[in-house]
Formats: sequence, structure tokens, C-alpha cells
Amino acid sequence: MKHVTEFRDPALAKGLLADIARRCEQIGATREKPVHIMEICGGHTHAIFRFGLDKLVHEGIEFIHGPGCPVCVLPMSRVDECIEIAERPGVIFTTFGDAMRVPGTRGSLMQAKARGADIRMVYSPLDALEIARRNPDCEVVFFGLGFETTTPSTAFAIQAAACEGLINFSVFCNHITVPEPIRALLGDPHMKLDGFIGPGHVSMVIGTHPYDFIADEFGKPIVVAGFEPIDLLQSVAMVLRQVAEGRAEVENQYARVVPEHGNPASLAAIADVYERRPSFEWRGLGEIDSSGLRIRPAYAAFDAEAKFCVGYGAEGPRHVPEPEGCACGTVMTGRIKPTACPQYGLGCTPETPLGALMVSSEGACAAYWQYGGARGAAA
Amino acid sequence: MCLGIPGQITAITDETRLMAMADVSGVRREVSLAPVADRPLAELVGQWALIHVGFAMAIIDEDEAARTLEALRDLGEAQETLEAMAEGQKALEGTQ
Repeated sequence: MKHVTEFRDPALAKGLLADIARRCEQIGATREKPVHIMEICGGHTHAIFRFGLDKLVHEGIEFIHGPGCPVCVLPMSRVDECIEIAERPGVIFTTFGDAMRVPGTRGSLMQAKARGADIRMVYSPLDALEIARRNPDCEVVFFGLGFETTTPSTAFAIQAAACEGLINFSVFCNHITVPEPIRALLGDPHMKLDGFIGPGHVSMVIGTHPYDFIADEFGKPIVVAGFEPIDLLQSVAMVLRQVAEGRAEVENQYARVVPEHGNPASLAAIADVYERRPSFEWRGLGEIDSSGLRIRPAYAAFDAEAKFCVGYGAEGPRHVPEPEGCACGTVMTGRIKPTACPQYGLGCTPETPLGALMVSSEGACAAYWQYGGARGAAA
Repeated sequence: MCLGIPGQITAITDETRLMAMADVSGVRREVSLAPVADRPLAELVGQWALIHVGFAMAIIDEDEAARTLEALRDLGEAQETLEAMAEGQKALEGTQ
């Protein structure tokens, strides 16, 4: 945890903390009756813990850690399907490194690689394309994972493969979208949410309008935020100001990077290559309507689901129950803190994760562990 | 994994495929300009971009780039990205 004196602009940070405290008192927010603010993005979760913002702000603020870590919401069955593809002869399976340690029912991709499957960690789908060019006799599959920030990269890669006629390249598409799970959470009567910190880099692609429903239909404020600690404090203050004034609007704290209408070239590539699935499974949250993307029939030659008959391309998606005792789902919906999970720090640690929230630095459990220490110390 | 990292575009490497060389914290990496190619590519040389998984997603100013890099270094994300780039290079060569 950092101290406020280490912030790039300590005076500004102190001013914002004072503003947050004043607003909390104005609206009567206390430790017992806090304002619940969900940060959607896993990068924000990580930043909140890294900079100790949860401890610096007035005790009337409670951060609820949202479902915005793509690795953390990946169902075990999808990991199993990745391994199934990777173990076929002649396949080179490529993936972002983040996905390597997520446990499936037959272990992780890391373990499958150790067993001999040709699984390669790449930085970019462009690397996977290059591997396909260099290995024309192999099927090169890229594990397309992530939210709207990442979706354009695989859309551009599929367009490039189509343009070059690179038919030994395909994408196993597991791209998901941010607004739909937020709609699902807002519709859940058990959820207590008073406002949102919106994801910065997702919004750089989609703009701010996809969040309009949060304000218009559910009457909750949302502020799209950057990743510096000052950005986050400023966004919390903006959410509180809306609560105090009885407003519910979509505000953009990160306008220096996020245009109101997003990135037109990226949105066009997504619309060209992908279409919405009727529903998609999220780890811990279940099936959510319209929350996932699939490759359009025009690009079926580059669709690993169709090529290998797996996932939603098979007879039907296979649901695999969560491991015994794993409470990732309840943590992800903010119903319990990571330390309240019976497996936290016992059956589940970053070295031997049971659930995905312990795998990624953007997962709430891993963040608690890294910055809060073991059970007890983190409480 | 959803964060972009600032890099400076140093040269256009393939005009047709919209590819360019970028300098990301001292590491040279070829990136795609497809998301920001709504202007003449030559104008992008020397500019800073937020680079995410090999794509220049947004053009930003130098001050914003410096502040974002500082935040990413604090989070350990900058180092993670540079390591991922190195892994990507090894994956191409099949030496992972």
C-alpha cells in the first residue's frame, strides 16, 4: 500500500479524500451503512489494492469488486475445451499468458503443455498469425479471450487471415462484453449497488453510451475512470456527488483517452467479424443473455468452434460445476469478501489456485492475498 | 490483461498492412495501426499510442503516456507486458 504522500500530486489526493469524506457525511454514509461502489474492471480492482485506496477513503465507502477480469469469469469447461483442441495432433494452440494457469477439470493449459501439447504463450494475436504463416502444415488456434478492449485485436487478425487466405489459422472465440453482466447484476435483488466506476480501456473502444441504461433504466451513477490513483479518487468523488445531488448520469472522468463514441475502426472490425450469441456462460454468474460474441458465418473458416466441433459449436455447451468449496461466484457478485471463502489461503492460494479469482492479479482474491496478506491479516 | 501500455511509434514498416515499429519502454515491437489508421500513417510517426496486445488503440499525448507508464509500473503491469512481448518472440521461434 502506498501513502498519500507518495502520490504524484499529494495535495490533489488529499483534497479529493477530503471531498469524498465531506460527501459521505453529507449523505450519511457510515461503516455500517456504506455507499456500495462497484469497480467493474479488474485493472481498477488491482489499482485500488495496490494504492490502498480502500483504506484511504472515508469508511462510508465500500468497494464491490466487479466481474471485469476475463480470466476470472472463464468457466472450467472452456479451459477443458482449450486443452481438448491443443492435444489434437498437428495443432499449435496459442494463448495470452494470463490464461495458462486457470484450472479446468483436467488441470490447466500449463499442465497440458508440460504433458506435451504444443501450447505457446503469445503477446498478440498477430504473433499467432505469424506462427500460422511459418507453419503451413499445422493448424494454429488462437484463444480469443477478453472484453471489448481485446476483441478488436482478434477481429483484425481474422480479417487479415481472410485477406491472406491463411486457412490454417482460427480463433477459439470466448470474447465477452461488459454491459450485459452489469445489467444482470443490477437485476439481482440481492445486490446492493449505489454506483459504478466504469472501465477505462474498454470504454476507449465502445465509448460511453453502452452504459446509458445504468443511469436511465436503473437510476445509478457511473463514472468512466482512468488507472492512476488520482483518476480513481476523482471518480469516486464524482459518483458521490451524483448520489448526493440525486442525479444518475454517465460521466467520463477519462475523456483524455475515452471518446464519447469509442474507436470507430475497432467497432467496425468487431461488427464485421462477430455477432452476439443468444447467451454465454460466466464462471460464478451462470448464463447471461447476449453477453458473448461468436464468429459470423462469413468467417466460419477461421472459427475453431466450427473447425473442431467444441464449445458452443458442439452438440451443446458442457456445464462443469465449480470445484467443491470454491466460492468464486459469491465473491464475484460482491456477496462475500475473499477472506470469507472457506478455501481462501487454505485449499486456494496463488501457487495452487482452486478458483480463477486467485489466478490473475486482477482477481479480487489474488489482490487480497498480494496486498492484504494471509487470512486474518487481510480482514 | 485489459490494460494498454504507452509506446512511441518510430517508423512505418508495412503501409499496406498498417504495421509500424513502436518503442515500448525501450523494447522494439511491431504493432498494428489498424485502430488509428483514420489519418495518413506518416503523421503517426513520433506520436505516442496506448498499445494493447499489439494494436495501437488510441493516440495520446506525451504527458499522458508518462503518467500512464508510471501507474502501470507501480502495478507491475508494465513489466508483465514486456515479459509477454518477450514470450511472444520465443513463441514465434518455437523455443518456449
